[in-house]
Amino acid sequence: MKLFDEANTVQNKQVKANKAAEKKVPAGLWVACPKCGYEIFHQDLGPLQECPKCFYGFRIKAKKRLSWLVDEFVPWDEDLVTDDPLAFPEYAEKLAKAQKSTELNDSVLTGLAQIADQKFALGIMDPYFIMGSLGKVTGEKLTRLFERATKEKLPVVVFTASGGARMQEGIHALMQMAKVSNAVAKHSEAGLLYIAVLTDPTTGGVTASFGMQGDLILAEPHALVGFAGKRVIEQTMHQRIPANLQSAETVLKNGFIDAIVKRQDQKQTLAQLLRFHQKEGEANGK
Amino acid sequence: MANSKTPAQVVAAARSQAKITTPELIEHLFDDFFELHGDRQGADDPAIVGGLARFCGRPLTVVATDKGKTPKQRVAKHFGSPEPAGYRKLLRLAKQAEKFGRPLVTFVNTAGAYPGRSAEEQGQGEAIARCLLELGRLKVPMITFIFGEGGSGGALAMACGDRVYMLEDSMYSVLSPEGFASILWKDSQRADEAAKVMQLTPNALLEHGAIEGVIAEDENDHLSTIEAIRTVLKRDLELLTKKDPTALLAERYERFRKF
Repeated sequence: MKLFDEANTVQNKQVKANKAAEKKVPAGLWVACPKCGYEIFHQDLGPLQECPKCFYGFRIKAKKRLSWLVDEFVPWDEDLVTDDPLAFPEYAEKLAKAQKSTELNDSVLTGLAQIADQKFALGIMDPYFIMGSLGKVTGEKLTRLFERATKEKLPVVVFTASGGARMQEGIHALMQMAKVSNAVAKHSEAGLLYIAVLTDPTTGGVTASFGMQGDLILAEPHALVGFAGKRVIEQTMHQRIPANLQSAETVLKNGFIDAIVKRQDQKQTLAQLLRFHQKEGEANGK
Repeated sequence: MANSKTPAQVVAAARSQAKITTPELIEHLFDDFFELHGDRQGADDPAIVGGLARFCGRPLTVVATDKGKTPKQRVAKHFGSPEPAGYRKLLRLAKQAEKFGRPLVTFVNTAGAYPGRSAEEQGQGEAIARCLLELGRLKVPMITFIFGEGGSGGALAMACGDRVYMLEDSMYSVLSPEGFASILWKDSQRADEAAKVMQLTPNALLEHGAIEGVIAEDENDHLSTIEAIRTVLKRDLELLTKKDPTALLAERYERFRKF
């Protein structure tokens, strides 16, 4: 007689039952956290779109992030549109689709923001705009953001989310890395504060330029932060790489990030950090 | 400049084994080369060769990527793809050049920054980002020659100065044609087609205003290529060393601002 039949244990029976039940639950009501696997009822994600268990911040559109991050916001440079410098096949259609879905002219939202009494220049990249890729208009908006902040003596906060330079714009996309970096350098020379907040995913040309140029560099829990793509690294190494090689927690441990901040704490943390750098007796931007 | 090669042929020529090498360039262009090692933070990347040299009697700082010659060298140098320590060596030597008022000349032939595990752990993104941040404001002239592959951010970190020239058989692009084809068409075999769409040849880049000039190259006569580089370098050094740092930096800012 068989004393132990694994397939008939209570646990496994339940797994089977769950599988059948799963089909009856309408799709989209439950989402699994891509980082810890925790099953979340979609309403529990809330406006922050944050996993209640591991605090991973789901990829969200720039306008959605804006809705809970600041008290006041005036957008800048909303009318710039790329001139498609390589006359790249099917790029115009791709752009139109991205513009429609994100309600942005390109992959970054910029403007003058305020949290409590702290005024600052804010940029938020949108991972849903052609993978948050860095194109001409992205670079132009960020450059103008830093230039205007330098002129008006404002600190800058940029939330990054990007697959890297936008290949449909070829060398023009690559040049944005240098263009934005030069504007960051001038802003820095003026003694002004720049805070970069790295969100999922921050990779390639954005990590290798303004993503890593902040005076203070924050990241969201479990955000992917790296330079090369995972597949490229594995092809180079001819071996599998650990899943957490490019997690914000590993990058923090390696010394490239100042702190990891949960979404629910970000507004307060930014206000606190901006206040540290406020010149005595004057409000920012005055 | 007339170059009858197709973009795919330019890519092949840029990667050719017969291509002029870093040691050749250094030996024939400069006198008194003295190599300087290390990033002063715990590492010395052999993919980046840098040091002091004299050019037409004038002292300057030279930094170059080096693919290596023997199989052993090529493996140690990651086929010319710098690690973060390589970019930190570049930045150290650049700041030293600034301190002593020496122009900086860089030579680039790299498929890109090394995409390995160690490079990620040591902050490849941060290393390149810091080069872009600081070299853009370097108060001495910086002139770059791309003589083979100019791969993405890894090449840009060495080409973010006042002038960039390319040899006729070289390329400069946001990613490799293979990577481009595999992302866009899910087929890395279509690299030749990608090379055409990407506009990565020297002539195309000159038209886009990304470089200042194209230098004639004869695969079978490296010395004539070196003479052509010498002429350009001599002319530009004379011009750029006369500018005061404020004007130099303003023009450099504009060089990238226009994109």
